[in-house]
Amino acid sequence: MRLRLLAFGACLAAGAAQAAALNATLISPQGDTRLERSRVERAYLGHAGGPAAEAVQVALEEGRFELDAAGSSVTLGTVEAGTLEAARAAALNAEKAGAAVLLTDLPAAWTLAIADAVKLPVLNVGAAEDSLRQQDCRPRLFHLLPSERMRADALAQTLVSRKWSKLLLLTGPSAADQQRAATAQASMKRYGLQVVASKAFKLSADPRERELANPLLLTAGAQYDAVWVVDSDGEFARSLPYRTVLPRPVVGDAGLVALAWHAQFERYGAPQVSRRFAKAAKRPMTAQDWAAWVGGKLLVALATALPKGPASAWAQALPKTTVDGSKGTTLSLRAWDGQLRQPLLLTDGQGVISQAPVDGVLHPSNVLDTLGVDAPEKLCKSAR
Amino acid sequence: MMRLHRLAAWALSAACCSAALAQGTAYVSSEKDDALTVIDLGTLAVKGTIATCKRGRHLQLTPDRKLLLACTDSNAADLIDPASGKSLRRIPMGDEPEAFDISPDGKTIYVSNEDEAETSFIDMASGKKLKSVKVGAEPEGVKISADGKTLYVTSEVAGLVHVIDTASAKLVKNIKVGKRPRRMAFAADGKELWVTNELDASVSVVSTAEQRVLATLKFEVKGARAEDITPVGIQISRDGKRAFVALGRANHVAFVDVAARKVTNLVLVGKRAWNVTLDKAEARLYVVNGLSDDITVVDVAGAKAIKSIPVGRVPYGLVVIE
Repeated sequence: MRLRLLAFGACLAAGAAQAAALNATLISPQGDTRLERSRVERAYLGHAGGPAAEAVQVALEEGRFELDAAGSSVTLGTVEAGTLEAARAAALNAEKAGAAVLLTDLPAAWTLAIADAVKLPVLNVGAAEDSLRQQDCRPRLFHLLPSERMRADALAQTLVSRKWSKLLLLTGPSAADQQRAATAQASMKRYGLQVVASKAFKLSADPRERELANPLLLTAGAQYDAVWVVDSDGEFARSLPYRTVLPRPVVGDAGLVALAWHAQFERYGAPQVSRRFAKAAKRPMTAQDWAAWVGGKLLVALATALPKGPASAWAQALPKTTVDGSKGTTLSLRAWDGQLRQPLLLTDGQGVISQAPVDGVLHPSNVLDTLGVDAPEKLCKSAR
Repeated sequence: MMRLHRLAAWALSAACCSAALAQGTAYVSSEKDDALTVIDLGTLAVKGTIATCKRGRHLQLTPDRKLLLACTDSNAADLIDPASGKSLRRIPMGDEPEAFDISPDGKTIYVSNEDEAETSFIDMASGKKLKSVKVGAEPEGVKISADGKTLYVTSEVAGLVHVIDTASAKLVKNIKVGKRPRRMAFAADGKELWVTNELDASVSVVSTAEQRVLATLKFEVKGARAEDITPVGIQISRDGKRAFVALGRANHVAFVDVAARKVTNLVLVGKRAWNVTLDKAEARLYVVNGLSDDITVVDVAGAKAIKSIPVGRVPYGLVVIE
């Protein structure tokens, strides 16, 4: 386990005497397989681009002025953990050492173990699994990265707005692919899209498996408006556009992809955020970075709103705290599952093609709640 | 380069014969065209364009009636002679200049440098950077007091209005306002500073003497949700009685009774109403619509849009010369 500490704000400034530093700890995986060089170099859309700590630090750095003005400060500790048990131990250690908030960039099961172990608010910046927002939701667990369901809803809305309603669904072999394909189908059902054919694919050059591996064979035999590919790994999806039998767009994990952020987003001050991040981290800002950056923004918002704390006051204020995520609208946390409401960006990897919720989609109270599981579905039973 | 249509005699006579008809010229900056659109205010028709520096944003008149356009991608401002439609010179403005103001004596430009999180003092004559002051991230609106002694700068990220003493170039106070503060205008003879908060659907009324927020004016538009009301541009009438606020994605402009701090009228305009400019008679309000690439001409007395005019891509600011 490695531990590092960084302080931001007015800890040295006069007048900060009564202010308590908001201590936060970010727990990340040791030997993070998502960040292996060969994987990061591929830069698959929707995949992490680097350590979450870099983005949190950018947010704290840009909040320095606000913190100083309020006479408050935020301290960020970072810990790496190699197993679920180590992650839980790290969380308990942080709690004992006086952390007021935890940030986690961990697999879903580890995130859940931490949420169950500590009494602190936990900001999940790395796990998109819907289970954490539904059956495994927890009262003090908040999610800043959009859920898989939110991303699928954003894409489904976009297809509806294009009137591309007949879909060929291609699903990869992993358990995550199966889960995410089910989520995609729930979104298609919600928006009245039709799956005309659903096939499994496999990465293979074996001629005996060509029905599973050859894009031309996989995309033949049906009439569809678009191909929705579910490929958590990314290699197959990347090679699918322009290799379909019919001249149809690919969406899902390649082609057009719904993400929390893209460095080419041009509106609402987004270029400045992406530029600050690129300057600090020497790489383009990804959706995961955006979620971690928002985590830092939330810490700054808490510390400036309540400079004296204490930790219990911060924990109480967090669910009602709003944040400017440079996506054009104030972002808030859903009361029923702790998910951050947010517009999503539809990107082809080169630029941002459109945003969701799409124009014309309506909702009785907040149109952002058309993305992801909504309150009346009551899928999170845990009381907040 | 200005492409002027030769005005036929009939057009001139048509303009002269209606007393209510506006005269003069409007210049509209565009973030994507690197050009100003020139509009004849008599005919409300586009009569040409002027090529400028790159990604022109804030546009203002200098005290000697030249156009000064800050260009974010050129790190400079274009000083343009409206008579000839030609750039007189480029003034370096530091990295990523966005909004600026000019000292009452016309000698100093105060500009917000987005990326550096700085406000720079630029000597208008030499183009030299005199001083700079560190401010919160993404500084935006810049406003100088009438006596030239106090400078106000908003930071979008920090949600602050920074109060800067121009003589010492020192930051003297940070005033917490709403989320994503954008532009400012003085009211009540400079005793109040009105600050638009883009992500709070509000204007913060700041006392310049006490350096604190006196009141917050919330905007509501029937049929629009609070999160779609994103105020940016603001102008206050010369008599200080009325404020005009562009409500961004709510696609409306609000007319506000300044003393009562109440909205009196809402006028439907184009998409993402971004900045507003009154003409000299304060009979017309020109609204720049960032997402519909046009401006809306609003009749102030009737509180009604009378015409929309297509301009450049992603228009930003507008200046009227009469």
